[in-house]
Amino acid sequence: MKEKSQAILRRYPDKRSALLPILHLIQEEQGRLSDEAMVAVAELLGLKPVEVREVATFYTMFNFRPVGRYHIQVCHNLSCSLLGAESLIAHLEERLQIRAGETTPDNLFTLIKVECLGSCGTAPVMQINDDYYENLTKEKVDVILESLRVSPHG
Amino acid sequence: MSEKILFRNMDLPGYTGSIGDYLKQGGYQALSKALKEFQPSEVIEIVKKSGLRGRGGAGFPAGAKWGFVPKGEDKPRYLSCNADEGEPGTFKDRQLMERDPHQLIEGMVISSYAIGAKTAYVYIRGEFRKAARILEQALEESYSRGFLGRDILESGYDLEIYIHRGAGAYICGEETALLESIEGKRGNPRLKPPFPASVGLYGSPTVINNVETLCNVPHIVLRGPEWFARIGTPKSTGTKIFSVSGHIERPGNYELPMGTPLRELIYQHAGGIKNGRRLKAVIPGGSSTPVLTPDKVDVPLDFESVAAAGSMLGSGAVIVMDETTCMVRVAMILARFYHHESCGQCTQCREGTAWMHKILKRVEEGRGSQGDLELLLDICDNMKGKTICPLSDAAAMPVESYIQHFRGEFEEHVREKRCPFQEGSKLYV
Repeated sequence: MKEKSQAILRRYPDKRSALLPILHLIQEEQGRLSDEAMVAVAELLGLKPVEVREVATFYTMFNFRPVGRYHIQVCHNLSCSLLGAESLIAHLEERLQIRAGETTPDNLFTLIKVECLGSCGTAPVMQINDDYYENLTKEKVDVILESLRVSPHG
Repeated sequence: MSEKILFRNMDLPGYTGSIGDYLKQGGYQALSKALKEFQPSEVIEIVKKSGLRGRGGAGFPAGAKWGFVPKGEDKPRYLSCNADEGEPGTFKDRQLMERDPHQLIEGMVISSYAIGAKTAYVYIRGEFRKAARILEQALEESYSRGFLGRDILESGYDLEIYIHRGAGAYICGEETALLESIEGKRGNPRLKPPFPASVGLYGSPTVINNVETLCNVPHIVLRGPEWFARIGTPKSTGTKIFSVSGHIERPGNYELPMGTPLRELIYQHAGGIKNGRRLKAVIPGGSSTPVLTPDKVDVPLDFESVAAAGSMLGSGAVIVMDETTCMVRVAMILARFYHHESCGQCTQCREGTAWMHKILKRVEEGRGSQGDLELLLDICDNMKGKTICPLSDAAAMPVESYIQHFRGEFEEHVREKRCPFQEGSKLYV
């Protein structure tokens, strides 16, 4: 972590620029940005903890509460909506027995709605953790969920 | 079939985008030519002469933008590639980065050389993890072959390129918000002037160009500005990548000469309206551009013609909507998006987008009242031309256009106290 942070700092003439990359790094390793982690980043970069928080909360990709092992982010912007995103979301809610914005009790899945993922040509689209799943149908969603349930890794 | 420039390599069978494949197709020859044959100012002149205009949405002449960087200052200069592709409907830059990353890198090195930058950043949207990994690997390949780093191709020119990932914020595609984000701040746009070309990243002269813009540069340098200027129209030169999505048979990216008629794009290249239905409306340049009705479908897709038809070429993102589409719902979805993405700095935008979303939602849900359309138009009026950045205008203009072209549909929602399209919108479920 420390080595990686140092490598990031070398890319910029001003160390504050390392803030987003380091926050990404923490979220990758810990799944979210805890208060303790943000205080530590503030110390590293010579910022006040509130400065880290005000930046982190501006960006939608950062999680402050724990999310499930699989973070399902379904696009509901225009092109996806024209091709049935809402009904896919309803389908996911039914399959997972949670509403968008919630996490399953086994902490396996968190479901959220997101704005345009920049993949409109293969709509409807969702992102699970780092990966895009495109040209979705309800059947495809079922297959994806099943494969994730049996997969041992996140 | 017209000649492809940016998609030429990636359309070849078996092309992987590796440096080996890129070199086999003549990759990095333009860089070698630029460094050996031209002074930086000559590269700027070449790009000016080509007529290349920014592909991110505004269409500003790229060479002119480079020319604004002050000469002879000893401050460092920066190039930033805008890969924060976020305009709904747009998905071209991702393809350019994932499938031919060296084309972008070569474009960035030549452009950095032209403006005298020794450091360049690719600001890529956080969600594009795969594209960022591919670019990262391509950068390593490029360094190892001497196309990046110290003394590039023994020219004495040095350049470092770094990738900077965004973290989910549409507004960071606005160039000054992008700079704030690289500086580790909230993506709040800056007041202009000063423009980034004089006061940009870390207070230094900075040029920000879109991925597609930069990808054109090697081709212009290698084949000459006259060749490039012959493609397209006199004022909108070259090809444009059109991202086609929505109710369309063959969604995808199409690289065509500027000035290609919208009808040809929709009905020939993209296979026509999905399921043989009728066209109802089309967004020509991304969600921020006013909607066009089917009588405008013959418009040539270049900056001037689309403007004359009452909209904008924008990023070239064409969103097609068929006869089953509810226009109130479309306006509501877009208003929700802009509300979500407003950075909150300017009152008109922060409050205006929130009110637009709220009112459109109630109209769509059958809870609208008689005065709602006038109220919406009044809000739009108060949002335009009054804010630090164009997001407010980008939110207001489309909403106005939906009301202007489909007023009857909005009134029907209010009168009938329900959405008349609810059955229709379920057709694709």
